[in-house]
Amino acid sequence: MKIHKYDTVIVGAGGAGMRAAIESTKRSRTAVLTKLYPTRSHTGAAQGGMAAALANVEEDNWEWHTFDTVKGGDYLVDQDAAEILAKEAIDAVLDLEKMGLPFNRTPDGTIDQRRFGGHSRNHGEAPVRRSCYAADRTGHMILQTLYQNCVKEGVEFFNEFYVLDQLLVEEDGVKKSAGVVAYELATGEIHVFQAKAVIYASGGTGKFFKVTSNAHTLTGDGQAACYRRGLPLEDMEFFQFHPTGIWRMGILLTEGARGEGGILRNKDGERFMEKYAPVMKDLASRDVVSRSIYTEIREGRGCGPAGDHVYLDLTHLPPEQLDAKLPDITEFARTYLGIEPYTDPIPIQPTAHYAMGGIPTNVEGEVLSDNTTVVPGLYAAGEVACVSVHGANRLGTNSLLDINVFGKRSGIAAAKYSQENDYVELPENPAQQVVDMVEHLRNSTGKERVADLRLELQETMDACVMVFRTEQTIKTAVEKIAELRERYKNVSVQDKGKRFNTDLLEAIELGNLLDLAEVMAVSALARKESRGGHYREDYPNRDDVNFMRHTMAYREVGADGSDSVRLDYKPVVTTRYQPMERKY
Amino acid sequence: MATPTLEKMEEAAAASPYITVTFRIRRFNPEISDEAQWQDFQIEIDPKERVLDGLHKIKWDLDGTLTFRRSCAHGICGSDAMRINGKNRLACKTLIKDINPEKPITVEAIKGLTVMKDLVVDMEPFFQAYRDVMPFLVTKGNEPTRERLQSAEDRERFDDTTKCILCAACTSSCPVFWNDGQYFGPAAIVNAHRFIFDSRDEAGEQRLEILNDKDGVWRCRTTFNCTDACPRGIEVTKAIQEVKRALITRRY
Repeated sequence: MKIHKYDTVIVGAGGAGMRAAIESTKRSRTAVLTKLYPTRSHTGAAQGGMAAALANVEEDNWEWHTFDTVKGGDYLVDQDAAEILAKEAIDAVLDLEKMGLPFNRTPDGTIDQRRFGGHSRNHGEAPVRRSCYAADRTGHMILQTLYQNCVKEGVEFFNEFYVLDQLLVEEDGVKKSAGVVAYELATGEIHVFQAKAVIYASGGTGKFFKVTSNAHTLTGDGQAACYRRGLPLEDMEFFQFHPTGIWRMGILLTEGARGEGGILRNKDGERFMEKYAPVMKDLASRDVVSRSIYTEIREGRGCGPAGDHVYLDLTHLPPEQLDAKLPDITEFARTYLGIEPYTDPIPIQPTAHYAMGGIPTNVEGEVLSDNTTVVPGLYAAGEVACVSVHGANRLGTNSLLDINVFGKRSGIAAAKYSQENDYVELPENPAQQVVDMVEHLRNSTGKERVADLRLELQETMDACVMVFRTEQTIKTAVEKIAELRERYKNVSVQDKGKRFNTDLLEAIELGNLLDLAEVMAVSALARKESRGGHYREDYPNRDDVNFMRHTMAYREVGADGSDSVRLDYKPVVTTRYQPMERKY
Repeated sequence: MATPTLEKMEEAAAASPYITVTFRIRRFNPEISDEAQWQDFQIEIDPKERVLDGLHKIKWDLDGTLTFRRSCAHGICGSDAMRINGKNRLACKTLIKDINPEKPITVEAIKGLTVMKDLVVDMEPFFQAYRDVMPFLVTKGNEPTRERLQSAEDRERFDDTTKCILCAACTSSCPVFWNDGQYFGPAAIVNAHRFIFDSRDEAGEQRLEILNDKDGVWRCRTTFNCTDACPRGIEVTKAIQEVKRALITRRY
């Protein structure tokens, strides 16, 4: 075991982690621990753009953006945070441009902007061009630009270091962050990083679904590390299903395709979104579009022999426009489906895309241990966190924005904390829990296999807690997850070695997914209403009287060592906007 | 709305799509042996699936010790560059049907970088070369309050080289790099190009001097392996030629 000492440690090197690192490295001695090489992070898969009311191409302002974000989140958004997001969006985009990001340009040479789902002029009048973009590879450009600037700033990376435990120590009656424990993939060695401040920026949990746009590596590692140490997880029942994943594969096809004029059609060629969202049509918010697609499929208007998908039609758009604005997604259609998007529509289905919930933080990125108490020295930003700017449903282009605004804020706040505070003493045997877990998995002779359990989990989640949910389906999920968690105790790995043991890594990741799936299902069962991405067929309406509140899920450990999920609730911060009926 | 391609595809999907394929994989684990060896695996797979799907089937169903990097699985993260049937490709962008599944499919680590285990190589020398070319925007003077202006034409000038995902498929396909690991390699030059030809950047001279080095662009023999290998369709050799020309003319 090796012990390292840094002022600030950042866990994860996607957009949020690297944006934080650029700030933190200037102000404090910083280490970035990342399971993947930084440029492999899933920020790079984001396509369509980053919202900011620059008003480069038409009238726009941050207040309209705030309203759209609040409405898009079905009023579960904390409005003070949404206001910061929309206001600071403008500088966040300009910061990236100055760092070198090659945005598409207008004829005047300013940053070009395009339409995106749920973003509107003057509180819903009509779609507005708010998304700043670089073709359909905006996330790629953000990830590259941030990495380039990390190289410029001399950010210190520990690549392929997998953080498995968050160290919390009670000091003067307050639970504080003391550091993290990481597993080095290349050698199998355990490292303890003592740090004054820790920032989690480790991304989402999408791999508990089967059809998902998420990378294999998005397994909720940061959420699980904090949750197991008694910290709450907020609004985990809210998961976004992106309307346009490649049929059966789940690979993302950007909403920017509809922003450029693409149309969703059923088997009769009908533009069905006109029925469900007369004003915004194909550019309604993602939860609305995904439900509409499944309604078409359920009512027999789906495409193909099984009627299990619909079409994204780009055939009316000029090939030059597709080549210039949507080069990557048209190539995905050619590569993976053998389809030419110039002439043929693309079969799509909703795909599990984004966790709205996560580790609760305030607007400085400080992690909360209950509804109000800050954990000194602990921060989170990006998809791993819940500020909450996305509420019950995130708007497209607001996640690339979130990672930049709150990545920067948390980087500054954490570095300031490191400068003003001392180290918290490490607990005795700080790596013990990780050593025990790793050794247990490596030495287990149990008969259960990781791949089997993971597939059963994913199929359960797809069947039971996707776009449509009921009491019955969620209960089925809860029971199945409990069974899988029990069987997980008998999981074994074939690779017993130390060097690049990805077999072991996948076993650990599965443990995280199982714990988080349980939190999600239990949170979803208790929310007896429909709001944003959480749609209950048995409670089809939003219920502001009983459920206009955030879910806070805690892990409770019984005397016998067994654990369960305890739910509590937190009020929503409302400033300007009272809840209204949500129409697009 | 014509759908001929799709109907064909759906008909094909309705019949049992699985075929038996042999994967012949170059295995290496220094914890067990200093020698690398080929190992065959037979799997049932839909030819429309990816080579990465095949590797997962082997790892998940047959041999958990098989080791490779992967993440996004659709050609954007750059983790899974490997040598498939003798050519550098991303396993997640190569469909089984496109590489003659009748014969064994050979899979081995990319060349020119030290193999750590099975298909995993040490990427550090590759990233070091990247870092050495100053891969970041350098500007002088006061920062503007708004964005720097750039015409659509100026933006287009370096578009091709912004697509790089740092997968190393190009660099590890280059015979010069195989023979001499000191050579910067195509990927580093591509990333220098991305900034040299960016109208906002003011460090082109410095980057050109770095690439004028004995291990720089002049080592390129224009074999086009890199262009063939690039999973992003970047015209790598052309970018290198443009850098060479800029070194001679000092115009860019």
